[in-house]
Amino acid sequence: MEIFLLLFFILVLAIFLGLELISKIPSTLHTPLMSGANAISGITLVGALTLDTGSDLQMILAFFAIVFASINVFGGYLVTNRMLRMFKKK
Amino acid sequence: MDFNFLQEAGYIVAAILFIFGLKMLSKEDTAARGNLVSSIGMLIAVLVTLLKVIDPYLVLLAMIIGAGIGSLFALKVKMTSIPEMVALFNGFGGLSSFFLAWSEFNNQSTISFILILTYMTVFIGGVTFSGSLIAFFKLSEVLKGSNNLFNNISRWFLIFICFFVLIAISQIVLSSTGIFIFSFELIEITFIVFLIASLLAGLAFVIPIGGGDMPVVISLLNSLSGVAAALAGVLLLNTALIVAGCLVGASGLVLTLIMAKSMNRDLYNIFFVGYASDSNLSEEITGETKPISPEDTYLIMESARSVLIVPGYGMAVAQAQHVVKELGDLLEENECEVSYGIHPVAGRMPGHMNVLLAEANVSYDNLLEPKDVNPKMKTIDVVIVIGANDVVNPSATEQPGSPIYGMPIIEAYQAKTVIVLKRSMSSGFAGVQNPLFFKENTRMLFGDAKESIAKLVSEFKE
Repeated sequence: MEIFLLLFFILVLAIFLGLELISKIPSTLHTPLMSGANAISGITLVGALTLDTGSDLQMILAFFAIVFASINVFGGYLVTNRMLRMFKKK
Repeated sequence: MDFNFLQEAGYIVAAILFIFGLKMLSKEDTAARGNLVSSIGMLIAVLVTLLKVIDPYLVLLAMIIGAGIGSLFALKVKMTSIPEMVALFNGFGGLSSFFLAWSEFNNQSTISFILILTYMTVFIGGVTFSGSLIAFFKLSEVLKGSNNLFNNISRWFLIFICFFVLIAISQIVLSSTGIFIFSFELIEITFIVFLIASLLAGLAFVIPIGGGDMPVVISLLNSLSGVAAALAGVLLLNTALIVAGCLVGASGLVLTLIMAKSMNRDLYNIFFVGYASDSNLSEEITGETKPISPEDTYLIMESARSVLIVPGYGMAVAQAQHVVKELGDLLEENECEVSYGIHPVAGRMPGHMNVLLAEANVSYDNLLEPKDVNPKMKTIDVVIVIGANDVVNPSATEQPGSPIYGMPIIEAYQAKTVIVLKRSMSSGFAGVQNPLFFKENTRMLFGDAKESIAKLVSEFKE
């Protein structure tokens, strides 16, 4: 159980860090920030890669978890990049 | 070589890159590089994890499929469809967490703490997925309008699901404390129903929420996708998931609160009440609007020295951003100062107008927030309101009984002349009459926004 306490400790610190990190943001960047953050949430790909694949069901679930997380990661970063390249200053 | 050590070290590097990436993403000059930095973090995290993968071929196949679909979507999608694209990707992240937790459930843990964590991950992941899917359909205009009866059913259904969630969790708690032991088979059945209930909860949650509140919902779903990932991280004892998930959860929350503040409403009101129930407070406005023809509009604008363009969802619907930019250029050639007033909740997602105008090559330093345009509003000759309504509604400052009273608006009514481009006289999303349309200095240019502006452009060219 101690390991979970340690993990929750990391969790709490990361939340506060996140809140401090993005306290001020110009509205021009609202969509790209959301989309870029969204790509980061594709980190579930890493989780999907470490899943146990003992049973057939687990195998299938892991497979689809990887597929959807990959869509999230690749799609998210590419679409954010495409968007940010449009934002130009004169 | 100790793979575990290498993996944890890789996660630390990835976490640092995510933090810097997000930080850079919140400033205009560094945003593009920030996205790159964060993607390198992701690459490192994935590579160090791949070192220990048992079945590399199957894993690579799954990744190639996902990468192919994701890249195709991201590169082929039209710029105007970006809002729904972002919503969809967000949903896929949630779905992935949903599958992660489902798979973990099959490891048959009997520790109640782990089971509850599994349930929470499933629930948040499921809500994120199905909620984002509805947001996707609403943004792509497949789902339109709203039905009051259906909305009420959805809300009651959501309460019903919440009861079920409580039952499912108390089942585990009772079991683990030994008060009443449920067989694993029974818990398994509950879990299957719980999977479905989580998906339905997302539908019931987002369906009743109106289009104008979409910016808040999408930011919240974005936040939830991070929370789901972080919970899955605790479940899998994976620090990379926890840190990255929390960062996303927090940034989404910040954005959600910015959106809610821009509407001067609290989250409970947005998600569970909506505008409709308190709009009986608004008064009928009597008076006449003064229509204007494109030709006369041209004459006014031709002599204007400063013009502020205020776009809203109507501009997005009419796909008018390119002609708007053309009009802006012509005005500038005419030695007129042109700027754009962008309200944070204009459109259907945070920053919706900014993305559309960026696509049309409008420089972002011309896009001003309400706090920057309002102080100089009195000096502006002409304000053109394109398909925006509630964000320029003076009731928000003048009429204490109004449902939108207190919402920070773009104070267009203070300008010398206001020209409102509008399809018809229907009220805005909030269902509130807009006194701006009846003001002495307001002229209404009825018709499709794109056609009206195109007419102005051709007048200028002659």
